[in-house]
Amino acid sequence: MTYLEASNISINFPLYHAESRSLKKALLGQVSSRLGVDKKSRPVVQALRDVSFSLKSGDRLGLIGGNGSGKTTLLRALSGIYQPTSGTLSMEGKLISLLDPQQGMNLELTGYENIRLRSYYLGLSKAESHAFKTDVVDFTELKEFLDIPVRNYSSGMIVRLAFGMATAFPPEILLMDEWILAGDAAFLAKAKKRVEGMVQHADILVLASHSPSILAQWTNRLIWLDGGKIVADGPPMEVFEAYLPHQDFQNLLKERS
Amino acid sequence: MSERAQPEAHRRFSTKRQYVLAEDKGWLQRFHLMKDDLLEGIRLYHLVWTLACSDIKLRYRGSLIGPFWLTLSTAIQIGAMAFLYADLFQTDIHTYIPFLTVSLVLWGYISSLITDGCHCFSAYDTLIKGTRMPFLVHAVRSVIRNTIILLHNAVVIVLVFVLMDVHLSFYNLAAIPGFLLWLIDGVAISLLLGTICARFRDIPQIVAAIMQVAFFMTPVMWQAATLRGHPGTESVILYNPFVYILDVVRNPLLNEPLDALLVMKALIISGVLILVSLVSFARFRGRISFWV
Repeated sequence: MTYLEASNISINFPLYHAESRSLKKALLGQVSSRLGVDKKSRPVVQALRDVSFSLKSGDRLGLIGGNGSGKTTLLRALSGIYQPTSGTLSMEGKLISLLDPQQGMNLELTGYENIRLRSYYLGLSKAESHAFKTDVVDFTELKEFLDIPVRNYSSGMIVRLAFGMATAFPPEILLMDEWILAGDAAFLAKAKKRVEGMVQHADILVLASHSPSILAQWTNRLIWLDGGKIVADGPPMEVFEAYLPHQDFQNLLKERS
Repeated sequence: MSERAQPEAHRRFSTKRQYVLAEDKGWLQRFHLMKDDLLEGIRLYHLVWTLACSDIKLRYRGSLIGPFWLTLSTAIQIGAMAFLYADLFQTDIHTYIPFLTVSLVLWGYISSLITDGCHCFSAYDTLIKGTRMPFLVHAVRSVIRNTIILLHNAVVIVLVFVLMDVHLSFYNLAAIPGFLLWLIDGVAISLLLGTICARFRDIPQIVAAIMQVAFFMTPVMWQAATLRGHPGTESVILYNPFVYILDVVRNPLLNEPLDALLVMKALIISGVLILVSLVSFARFRGRISFWV
C-alpha cells in the first residue's frame, strides 16, 4: 500500500554563521517568533513546526503559503533529505522529488548523458534503461537538443527534461516544487496528463505552488502553511476561500466554472 | 508516444520497501541509518563510476590530449626535478629517479584524496538538497576520480621503470593489497573530512596546510636512509603516519622489503581512521544536508 505520513514533524535550521551571542539574547525573550533557540539554547530558524498529515493512494496534495512559509522545506523533509528535528516521516512506495530543476543533472553533460546518469541512479537494467531513454525522448520532444550540453538549454527545456526523467518510470509518490510552471502551455497540458495517468494508478502527488489555478486543477486536497505551521487543511476550494483575498477567490471561481 | 511506461517496469519499482525517518534517537538508530546509507551506496556503483568518469571527462572536454595532460605534467615535473635533486642529495640517479617518480605519483594521490575529500559533500550541495541519495556516493566518487587520475600518472612510472631498466618481479604485485587498503582509507577519510568540512569551512585550508608540511616531513623527495644517525630528527619518520601508509604500497613497487611490523602499523593506522570515520559519519550523517 502506498502511503506517506508526516507525524509531528518539526525542523529547525541552526544559525551557525549568525552573530549568535547578541542574537541569542534577543531570541531568549520571545517565544512566538519564527527564530528561536533549541534545547541547547543555540539560535535556530523554526522552518517547520509540528506538521502532521497522512496521504494515501489517490491523494493529490497542494501546498500553498507565502514565501518562507516552509513549503520547500516540507518537500525536502518528505523526500527524506532533512532528518526531522522532532517527529517522524514514514512512507511506502517509490518516491521521486522534483525540487530543483537542475537536480541530479550535470549541466555540462548532454541531455542523453544525463538520461543515462539518471537510469544508473534508478538502478535500471540494460533493457529498462533503453525503455527509459525512449520514453524520455518521446515525452520531452527535445530532439537534437539532447545531443548538446544541458547548459545551453532554456529553463523551460530543462524543466521538460527533468520532468520527463522523473516521471518516465512513474514513481508512486511524486513531490514537486513550483518551478514546474516554467513550462509552456503545451507542456503543462502534457505534464498534467502524465501526472493524471500516474494518479489513476493509485499514486500520491504533493505539489507546492503559488498559483491557485494550477493547484485547483491539479490537487484534491490543500494545506496552507504559514510560519512553518499548518493553518488550514482541506478540499482546495475551501482552503482557497480562507487563503485568497475575496476578489481573487471570486476570480478563481469564475475561472473554474 | 507513450504517456506511461510499461506496467511491468512500474511493478518492479513497487517492490521498493518502506522508509521511515524519525528524529535522532541515539546510537542504535544512527548506526542503523548509516548501515542503510552504506549498503544503498554500494548498490549504486554504476552511478558512482559514471559520475567520477564524467568529472574527468568534463575537466578535459575540448582539450586535445585530454586527461593525458596529467601524465605529461607529471612527467615534466619529475624530469626537471630528478637531475637536480639526485645531485643535491648525492644519490645514484638510477635508484633515485625511480624512487622519486613512484614517491611523487603516490604522494600526489594520497594528498589529493585528502584535499578533495574535504569537499566531497560541500561541492555537491545542490545534489544533496535536491534528492535523497546515500552520502557514500559522494565520498566514493571523489576516491574514484582521484584513482583515475592516478592511473594516468602511473604511465610515467612505467616509462621511468623502462628507461631506468628497473628490475621487475612478482614481488611488485605485493603492492596490490596495500593499494586496496588505500582505497578503503580514502573513502573513510572522505567521509570524515567531508562531514567536518561541511560544518567548518576553515578546515579545508588547514588540511591543505597540513598536507604541505607533511609533504616535506615524509620521505617523498628524500630517502628515509638519509636520516639514519640523526636521533633527534628520526622521530619525524617514527611518528609520522604517512610514512607507514605510503610504504605499504611504495616498498613493493621499489623492491624494498615489506616487513610485518610495517604492515601492522599501516593496518592499525587504517583501523583507527576507519573507526573514527564511521563513528563520526553515524553521528553527523543526518546533519550534513543542513550544513552543506
